Amino acid sequence: MSVKLFDGNSAAVEAIRLARPGVIAAYPITPQSGIAERLADEVADGRIRAEYVRVESEHTAMSVAVGAQLTGVRVATATASVGLALMHEVCGVAAGCRVPIVMPVVNRSLASPWSLWCDHSDTMAERDTGWLQYYCATVQEVLDLTLCAYRIAEHGDVLTPAMVCLDGFFLSHSMQRVETPSDEEAWTFVGPYVRKNMYLDPEDVMFVNALCPTFEHTEMKYQQAVGFERAAEVTKDVFSEFERRFGRKLSTVECYRLEDADVAVVTIGSMSGAARYVADQLRAAGVRAGVLRICMFRPFPAEEVRQALKNVKVVGVVDRSSGLGAAQGPVCSEVKAACYGESPRIFSFIGGIAGRDISDISFRRIFGELQEVCEGRRDVCTRWFDASEDAMNIREVETPC
Amino acid sequence: MLTYKVQPKGAVSPGMNTCQGCMIDVIFRNALDVLGPDTVLVIPPGCAAQFSGCGPEASVTVPGIQGNLENSAAIATGIARGFRHQGNEHTHVVVIAGDGGTVDIGLQSLSGAMERNENILYICYDNEAYMNTGVQGSSSTPLAASTTTTPAGKPVNSKDLIQIVMAHHVPYAATASVANIPDLRRKVEKARDIRGCRVLHVMSPCPTGWGYPPAKTVEVAREAINSGAWVLLEYEEGKIRLGKKPSDLGHVEKYFALQKRFRNADEEDMRRAGAHIAERYAWLEKMAAL
Repeated sequence: MSVKLFDGNSAAVEAIRLARPGVIAAYPITPQSGIAERLADEVADGRIRAEYVRVESEHTAMSVAVGAQLTGVRVATATASVGLALMHEVCGVAAGCRVPIVMPVVNRSLASPWSLWCDHSDTMAERDTGWLQYYCATVQEVLDLTLCAYRIAEHGDVLTPAMVCLDGFFLSHSMQRVETPSDEEAWTFVGPYVRKNMYLDPEDVMFVNALCPTFEHTEMKYQQAVGFERAAEVTKDVFSEFERRFGRKLSTVECYRLEDADVAVVTIGSMSGAARYVADQLRAAGVRAGVLRICMFRPFPAEEVRQALKNVKVVGVVDRSSGLGAAQGPVCSEVKAACYGESPRIFSFIGGIAGRDISDISFRRIFGELQEVCEGRRDVCTRWFDASEDAMNIREVETPC
Repeated sequence: MLTYKVQPKGAVSPGMNTCQGCMIDVIFRNALDVLGPDTVLVIPPGCAAQFSGCGPEASVTVPGIQGNLENSAAIATGIARGFRHQGNEHTHVVVIAGDGGTVDIGLQSLSGAMERNENILYICYDNEAYMNTGVQGSSSTPLAASTTTTPAGKPVNSKDLIQIVMAHHVPYAATASVANIPDLRRKVEKARDIRGCRVLHVMSPCPTGWGYPPAKTVEVAREAINSGAWVLLEYEEGKIRLGKKPSDLGHVEKYFALQKRFRNADEEDMRRAGAHIAERYAWLEKMAAL
C-alpha cells in the first residue's frame, strides 16, 4: 500500500491496471478522455498487457467489450454522457448475456442543451438497464469501488455488469490523495477473470443471445432480478473483505449523524462532503441535522434507507438530474418508495445540473427549508433549489409555458 | 454444451425455415464447410438470424453470438482480440450479415474494423432490402426496385459497398454470387487463409422480396451477372481483378422482367439503370487496369 496523488480518471485507470484486463476498447469523450488516453499509455508502456482497440464509437466500445469478455478475458472500457447514451443498446446486451463488465462512467450532462459538465442524467437514464451502479464521493472511492466492482459483478451469483460513477470534473479532474494497493495486494483481492455461464469457445459450442421465445424470456429477466438481489448481499461481503484487507470502510449507504436527526438530506456522489460539512455546522448550532449518502444505487438498498430514515422527521433528497415529467427526481422516487409507510416527510430537490456547484450555501438553504417544515412554518420546498429567479426569461422562451 | 437432436450433414441443421428458394442456407453451408469447426460466428438480426437458432436450440454446430443489427463487425473485433490475447490466432471469427446490417446501420462499425484491419472475415449476403422485416428498402436496393418503403420504385442507385470496402485498403475483398458456388467457395477459402479484415459481398436473390418463382433464384442471380447489375471481382493487395466481362452489359430489360419488384420500371428507369451499370463497370475496368 502506498499513497499516490490521482485525479478520478487516473484512479479509475489505476484500478483497471490492477485488475489486468486483456482487452481494452475506449472512445474519448470529455470528461472521460483522460481514461482512454492513460489506458493507451499503460498498454504502450507495457504496464497493462492487453489488446487496445481504438474504436470509432462508444457503441462499438461496448460491443467489443461484450465480444471480448465472452471469450473469457476481463475487458475495460469507460465513457460519459452521450457516449453512455449511444452505448445504451449494447449495455442491455451485456446485462442480458450476463457479461460482468466493469465500467467507470464519468458523469456528465446529457444533451440538450450541450454541456461538458457534471450531472447524473447520463447514468440515471441507464438505471434500469440491468447494470449495478455505484456512485463515488471521493477519488479514493473511485479506486476502491472499481476494484470491488470486479469482485461483485463477476461473482457467480451475480454475473451482472457494473458502472462505477464518478462526477465529471468534481472527481475526474480533482487531484486527491489515494491510498493505493500494490499490484500483488490488489491481485490477491481481484483475482483472475473466470468465464461463467455464457462464453464463445469452439471447444465447447454454444450460441449466445439467439432469439428468446416468450416462453422463457420472463424467466431470463427473473434470473437477472435474482442476480441483483444477490448483488446486494455480495456487495456487503466484498466491502467487508475489502475493509479487512485494506482498512478502508465502504458502505452501500453512508449514514452521517442520523441517529437522532430531525432533518436530513439524502445525497449521491461528490456533493456529499458539502452536506456533511453543513450538517456539522448545524449540529454545532443545535440543529439535529444528518446526511444519508447513497453509494450503491443499483441494486437500490431500500431496507437500509428505510432503517436509516424512519425516525427522521423531514428528509430532503437531492437529485443531480432533472427527472423530467416524473413526480420527483429519480433518487427521491426510490427513497420515497423505500420509506413508504414510515413517518418522515420527504421532499425532492433538484439541482447541480450541468456542473452547477452544490455548495455549502445550497445545503444551508435546503436544510433551512427542511427545518421550517419541521417547525410547521412551511409546507412546500423549493424543488429547483439552485435555479435562478428569472429562469423562464433565459434564451428564447418568451411566453411562460 | 451442444447436444444433437438431429445429426446434421455439415455445420447447419436440416430443415432451416428460410423461405423456399432462398440460398442464404447454401452460403452458410458452403462457408462453414470451407472454414471448418474452428470458427465463431457473429450474426445480426435479419434473415440470417434463423441460423442463430431460437431459445435453447442452435441451428449451427459452431459457436456464435447474435449481436445487434449494427455492431456485428464490432462484436467480431472483440472476439478476435479476446482470442488473440489468449494466444489463439487460429479460430476464424466470421460475420454473416445482411445488406441492411452492413451497408446501412452497420457501416460505421464495419468501417472501423476495416480501418483497424481487425482479423475477421465479414460476409455480407445481399438480398437488396430488409427482407426479414417485410421487404423494406435498404441502401443496397437498386434503382427502380419496389419495396414496401419504396412502393413507386427506388429513386436513387444503391450504395456501392465493395468500393467502400476497397477504399479501406483491406487485404482481401471479393464479390460473389449464389449463381456460382464453386467461385464462392474458392473466395471463402482464399479469405480464410489471409490475415486481417476480409470482406465478401455475396449476392443472394430473394424470391419473396424480389417477386420471382422460388425455383428461379440461380437464374435471376445469373442474369444479374450477365447484365452487369452484379459484378464479380476480387481485390487483393490493392489490385482489382474483374471476372469475365458481362455478356449483356448495361442491358437490364431481361433481368428486370424476371422480377416483380421492377414491374413499374419504365423505359427511362431501365435506361438510367443500364447507364449506371455501364458507367460503374467502365470505372471498375479502369481501376482494374491500374
